[in-house]
Amino acid sequence: MLEKGTKAPDFELNATPDQKIKLTDFLGKNVILAFYPADWSPVCSDQMALYNEMLKYFSKHDAQIFGISVDSVWCHLAFEKDRNLHFPLLADFEPKGAVSKAYGVYDEGVGESKRALFVIDKEGEIAWSYLSPTAVNPGADGILDALEALDKK
Amino acid sequence: MSKLKPEVTEKDHAQGKQNAPITIVEYGDYQCPYCGDAYPIVKEIEETFGDQINFVFRNFPLQEAHPFAFPAAIAAEAAALQGKFWEMHDALYENQYRLDEDLFDELAETIGLDIEKFQADSTKVEVKQKVEDDFQSGVRSGVNGTPSFYVNGNKFDGAATDLYQMLKESTE
Repeated sequence: MLEKGTKAPDFELNATPDQKIKLTDFLGKNVILAFYPADWSPVCSDQMALYNEMLKYFSKHDAQIFGISVDSVWCHLAFEKDRNLHFPLLADFEPKGAVSKAYGVYDEGVGESKRALFVIDKEGEIAWSYLSPTAVNPGADGILDALEALDKK
Repeated sequence: MSKLKPEVTEKDHAQGKQNAPITIVEYGDYQCPYCGDAYPIVKEIEETFGDQINFVFRNFPLQEAHPFAFPAAIAAEAAALQGKFWEMHDALYENQYRLDEDLFDELAETIGLDIEKFQADSTKVEVKQKVEDDFQSGVRSGVNGTPSFYVNGNKFDGAATDLYQMLKESTE
């Protein structure tokens, strides 16, 4: 997986059927990327529910969070609606897993993203990355530590 | 391993002896079904291990997932101002199946609170702040879902039943 100090590979992914998110449009803002295996699976759901509660803490650090999995936009929309999520989920759907692969966090065996976190600074450089065991929800303390370190720079 | 941050202080709600050898901290949400399942098991742990256990509860309401979790946490903290945190905590879990906005006043009455004071305290900034401080401490401590347990300051990876088992094995 890509490590601290690497330039974050740019991407453009659909958040909804007619809205695309381009990473470089967020230069000047801190960005959190949360790659996760799949919508609806129990651990991911807890993880996304936690980040959903954390949005005001993230915005204190001028950070925008995106969830990324290989699910389609329609699946993401249904999942967001069901769980009342207030941040974008991006579809790494076609070509499947291309962005996950670029960040080195694609699991070829199961065809899903691994559970991985990246904090990208305002210049578009990776400031922190973390690969979690797939079955373990990594929580949010590592993200906050990384954002606090960036605030001090 | 994730550590409890900050450590247990006198601001926390604790049940048991302060100098007990085992301090268990639970981060819980009153509307979370898994926390509801853990509630009787925690009671059993407290009964089985008695003076060896100091049990602390901190609020971790997932407001977006559970609309009554935050107001329930407020109700427990407001009850605490009349010295009845645990009575409200227990009543909330015992009535979790019918949690709604009318339940808080009813429970306040059942456990013998001064209702006017309870209602006034429920709107206080300090009460809201206590719940938010608990939530933030949970995030910093690596809480990744509810309930999350800490044993003597270290995150315990497991449910209440696993905790019971672990304690049983370690005290045998």
